[in-house]
Amino acid sequence: MSSKVSVALVLPDLLGTYGDFGNAVVLEKRMTWRGIPAEIVTVRYGEPVPDSCEIYVVGGGEDTAQTLAVRHLREHPGMQRAASRGAVILGICAGIQIFGETFTRADQVTHPGLGLLDSTSHAGGSRAIGEVVATPADGLFEGVLSGFENHQGRTVLGPSARPLAHVKVGTGNDGSVEGAVQGRIVCTYLHGPVLPRNPQLADLLIEWATGTKPAPLDLPAVTRLRAERAKAAGV
Amino acid sequence: MSSKLSQKMGLGAGGMIGGRVALKLDPQALAHLTSGRSVALVTGTNGKTTSTMMLSRAVSFLGQVATNHGGANMPDGHVTALSKQPDAPYAVLEVDEGYFPEVCRAAAPAVAVLLNLSRDQLDRVGEVRTIEKSLRTALGSVAGVVVANCDDIMVTSAARDCANVVWVATGTGWHNDAASCPRCGDPIRWEGEHWHCTGCDLARPRPDWVTGDGYLVAPDGEKVALSLRLPGKFNLANAVMATAAAFALGVPVREAVERLRAVSDVAGRYRTIQRSGHRARLLLSKNPAGWSETLTVVREADHPAVLVINAQEADGRDLSWLWDVPFERLRGRRVIASGERATDLAVRLTYAEVEHTIVPDPLKAIDAMPPGAVEVIANYTAFRDLNARAAQ
Repeated sequence: MSSKVSVALVLPDLLGTYGDFGNAVVLEKRMTWRGIPAEIVTVRYGEPVPDSCEIYVVGGGEDTAQTLAVRHLREHPGMQRAASRGAVILGICAGIQIFGETFTRADQVTHPGLGLLDSTSHAGGSRAIGEVVATPADGLFEGVLSGFENHQGRTVLGPSARPLAHVKVGTGNDGSVEGAVQGRIVCTYLHGPVLPRNPQLADLLIEWATGTKPAPLDLPAVTRLRAERAKAAGV
Repeated sequence: MSSKLSQKMGLGAGGMIGGRVALKLDPQALAHLTSGRSVALVTGTNGKTTSTMMLSRAVSFLGQVATNHGGANMPDGHVTALSKQPDAPYAVLEVDEGYFPEVCRAAAPAVAVLLNLSRDQLDRVGEVRTIEKSLRTALGSVAGVVVANCDDIMVTSAARDCANVVWVATGTGWHNDAASCPRCGDPIRWEGEHWHCTGCDLARPRPDWVTGDGYLVAPDGEKVALSLRLPGKFNLANAVMATAAAFALGVPVREAVERLRAVSDVAGRYRTIQRSGHRARLLLSKNPAGWSETLTVVREADHPAVLVINAQEADGRDLSWLWDVPFERLRGRRVIASGERATDLAVRLTYAEVEHTIVPDPLKAIDAMPPGAVEVIANYTAFRDLNARAAQ
């Protein structure tokens, strides 16, 4: 057991199409800069998934890669074991789909998901592409949730999952809500990547993983970026 | 007239509007204009413009060549280029990946060159596997020679079923989009330079041409020094692909290499501008694979760097890809983040622990550097606008 907070970057070679590796970097740096020892543990395709990490980050990917990723995560269920003991998990785009009970592709074939999230996903008629602004649900964190979406999937949440945010601009899960939270599992359709754009969400995940609210960390470039993106989205 | 108008309106470099009008008047314009010519098409994610210029130089050994220099690589740009040179018996055209099927049908190419496929402008172009499938279908109907990069899994999958393929080992790799097989989805396994799918029979074909460190090996085993004026490993790859394509059209290898090695400035790329006591080298990079290669090129010296990022429609509006670029390599260097999306870049550089300042105007960013050499790396529209302003 390492004394560092481990951030598992899960299958970046399959689910890393949209720069989502950046989410792991942001978590690691925001901890390291505050004196919390942290490390990124990269789990590539073909390697067993450890169950000992504090945080797991799963990115977006193309259809065939997504199927392969589900197969791998079933064969090596380290992340699911970690989830059952309350590890923090962030799933992006494909993540929200494969974490659910089922996901149905554009070809109408339904695939079983990992069952970590009470949700089902299916292919929507059109691809949702563009800037997203959403209000965090239940006061989960301050400010708005900001990101860029590029997906065809639509997601319906069951009673055990609640939305991450309510959409002001963009599509999200269904045009009304965006993402999902269930225990310490957070899912979102948003790229950008999502954590560089939303340091409050990054710090919430860090707080869950370490049990302590992290000290304030002001990065002027991030503040400026959030203002620019909100303006670009017309908010 | 309309070309002048296009320039006035700031639409591209004047290569578009003439073609757009012609296509409106005659939707078959591309088929008519290519009919009777020997046509080579060049497509792929990176290196299209450079390879097209190299190939057109090489083919000029055989006769006059009509070509779309400068990256106007959609059908209207092709029509404009072909109309300007109605009597040229050869045409060498750079083709946007998305338009390749349409252009291929109209132009019936004697040679199709497929350089590489990696993630690029995911919101506009789509995901790599979608492009691979559409190229595979289009290439299936090509009666001519397909020149393809066998070190690229996506390219190999797209070209493999063609009747007449010439395989080129380029030694260039961006494998992050190809962990799983484009044919069956199973994992790809690498053993040295060889790769094969663990689920189906997709595997690296035996190359006919091989790219070495500064030379090429032709199908007959002859080793020819390249001595290019352009930097970087990816330009060696472009040169060998162009040579193989020229050879397929009938150009002797040494004649092809002698002509293409003289290329030193590709639509403003790689050129050095003198400005306010600075020698600024202008480099274009549009996507993670391109940036990764360019960051290797600028590693040769420790010059300050101006990085210019836009996210207009032609660039792709989603900048998530900035996180796939290994900017960490610039640590310790003097860096300015510039362009319309300088702030997105600044956030990326912050987390890469690269010290930097933000100067959105790239010319002012160059001026802000200490006198001497400066590397300027810009993405598509940022480069285009900077190049136009620098020319004034």
